[in-house]
Amino acid sequence: MQLPRLPLGDAVEALVDWIEDYCSGLLDAISAGLQFLVDGLQNILLFVPAPVLILLITVLVWFVTRRDTRLAAITALGLLLIWNLELWDLSMLTLALVITSTVLALAIAIPLGIASARSEPLNAALRPVLDFMQTMPSFVYLIPAVIFFGLGSVPAIIATVIFAMPPALRLTNLGIRQVPAELIEVADAFGTTPRQKLIKVQLPVALPTIMAGVNQCIMLALSMTVIASMIGAGGLGYQVLVGIQRVDIGMGFEAGLAIVIIAVILDRITQNVVPPQQEDR
Amino acid sequence: MKLEGSVIFEKLPREDSRSLQPIISVEGLTRVFGQDPQKALELRNAGCSKEEIYEETGETLALYNVSFEVMPGEIFVLMGLSGSGKSTLLRCINRLIEPTGGRILIDGEDIIGMSQDELRAVRRRKLGMIFQSFALLPHQTVLDNVVFGLEVQGIPEDERYPRGEEVLRMVGLGNYGTSMPSHLSGGMKQRVGLARALANDPEILLMDEAFSALDPLIRREMQDELLNLQQRLNKTIIFVTHDLDEALKLGDRIALMRDGEIVQVGTPEEILTNPENAYVERFVAGVDMTKVLSAQDVMRRPEPVVRCAAGPRVALHLMEEHDIESVFVVSRERRFRGLVTLDDTLEAVRAGRELEEIIITDVPTTAPDASLTDIISLAVESPYPVAVVDDGNRLQGFISRGSILGALARNGEKTRATA
Repeated sequence: MQLPRLPLGDAVEALVDWIEDYCSGLLDAISAGLQFLVDGLQNILLFVPAPVLILLITVLVWFVTRRDTRLAAITALGLLLIWNLELWDLSMLTLALVITSTVLALAIAIPLGIASARSEPLNAALRPVLDFMQTMPSFVYLIPAVIFFGLGSVPAIIATVIFAMPPALRLTNLGIRQVPAELIEVADAFGTTPRQKLIKVQLPVALPTIMAGVNQCIMLALSMTVIASMIGAGGLGYQVLVGIQRVDIGMGFEAGLAIVIIAVILDRITQNVVPPQQEDR
Repeated sequence: MKLEGSVIFEKLPREDSRSLQPIISVEGLTRVFGQDPQKALELRNAGCSKEEIYEETGETLALYNVSFEVMPGEIFVLMGLSGSGKSTLLRCINRLIEPTGGRILIDGEDIIGMSQDELRAVRRRKLGMIFQSFALLPHQTVLDNVVFGLEVQGIPEDERYPRGEEVLRMVGLGNYGTSMPSHLSGGMKQRVGLARALANDPEILLMDEAFSALDPLIRREMQDELLNLQQRLNKTIIFVTHDLDEALKLGDRIALMRDGEIVQVGTPEEILTNPENAYVERFVAGVDMTKVLSAQDVMRRPEPVVRCAAGPRVALHLMEEHDIESVFVVSRERRFRGLVTLDDTLEAVRAGRELEEIIITDVPTTAPDASLTDIISLAVESPYPVAVVDDGNRLQGFISRGSILGALARNGEKTRATA
């Protein structure tokens, strides 16, 4: 005897259809907003002449890493290489996508992470959702994104936000939960309001952990924008995709190298924004 | 064992505090950790022990029917082994832990019925807390840590920083305001903790094993410093500790806790001399008796003594009668002169010499309130017993090496018998 196959795929399709039919106004608004953001950011990045931007980023790295000259030199050389390989414009588009997606992801993840650290029911409700988001193959996000938002940068950003958000949310939650109990007692014993406790004690003490989440979020966003080139997100990822399609190893390698350089720079910046804290023990 | 007038306990409860209202009064305080407090309390009322209740229900009876009062300006020590509920009790006083039942009055106001806003106001103005693990905020400077309470109250920077500097100077860390907590030693960190609690100028300090994480030398230093500060500032202090020596040193009164209940409340003397039950006795047995006992606790009555004016034959007779080999000599006013030995006396009787001529005067003497620690070294250095004399040099008693060992052994037996 054979059980009837559950029409799970059909149900999902029906849901997607329903959203498309009844929420199109909302979807269009989101789409327009995101397009505006990413275009604006890309235009700003491209408006600044490449050598100036390279210098600015190098100085930023130098300051953030507390005057690590070696790292600053590597940053400058890497960026100059990208410029030299004529991948600058594509890189700036990728950077614009990464920054937009990361900011959006963090804008959702950090407040939700704080909320779930303070509310056990919310934490319990979010956990399976996050598990689902993290284990579902990233390509799968692309399908509904394309259906709702068509091809281009916007669905790429949506898919990236979903993909990059969970670690930031989880680490924010974890960081706040790991604030030592005695520091919470200090806050309470000195008569803080819940808001003062959050701002003066919990967030600052959890900051290194939260920043690890931010770092993860950026790295995942970068990797997802590459994958999202399949649905028409431009940038370095598209260059890699073209390299694969044409079996052009050189082209793929150059674009891949540019991605690695950007990844390293973003990683070093975010890892060093918060000065390392010595444990108070 | 009598300890009246012992030098260790010069800090008797102040007379004036008796006439005042208690600043804190705790009535029938109970705290159960678990899902079904009522069930645990029913079992306790039926006479079950804390362990039995835990086995039966899984509930932990952390505090049961605890009542005590603390007077203004008093150092009240909560003492007990770990798990006795002393830290839970302390945290109930500022409601870091919510009591299951009972009342806690601070300045006559029941804080258990208070709303969150009222409670916050009491925590900010009246209660300062100091933690075993220091609990400084690692991301802030020492000064910022000290003014934390003021910042929480919304006091502007130009007021709170001078106040913070002032309190830091008070605890001897005037130059460390800009340091990070991680750069300080344990003792310094706890000074910061103390300064942070004092910055709000609260009436009451809650100190949770405040010095337990410090090494012994620093710890003693901090205890002395706390007593100094207390004399100047006259705060009411509730001090939690598991260390009896610390409790004896700091406490005006001590509450000894066991299994969530107060076993005995009293001055250090009362606890030491009149342990209410076997548990208190056992706890007290661990005290280093050389520090607690004084000369008059271990001395024996000087029987017999011989007057200086009496002849050697009288002395010889006394020694023969009491079967001893030396006897103390006193003047007519019982002033201490020295002692004579059996051999010298026999010699004097044969040679027809006066008692006056054979008195040995380099006998060590000590005051009645000297501690045993000092007396031991005297007794070791001299071949003669130590004479205990009062201010007027009148002989009160004597201490032989045997009586010192005897006193320590009695205490040791008690420890072994109950261990």
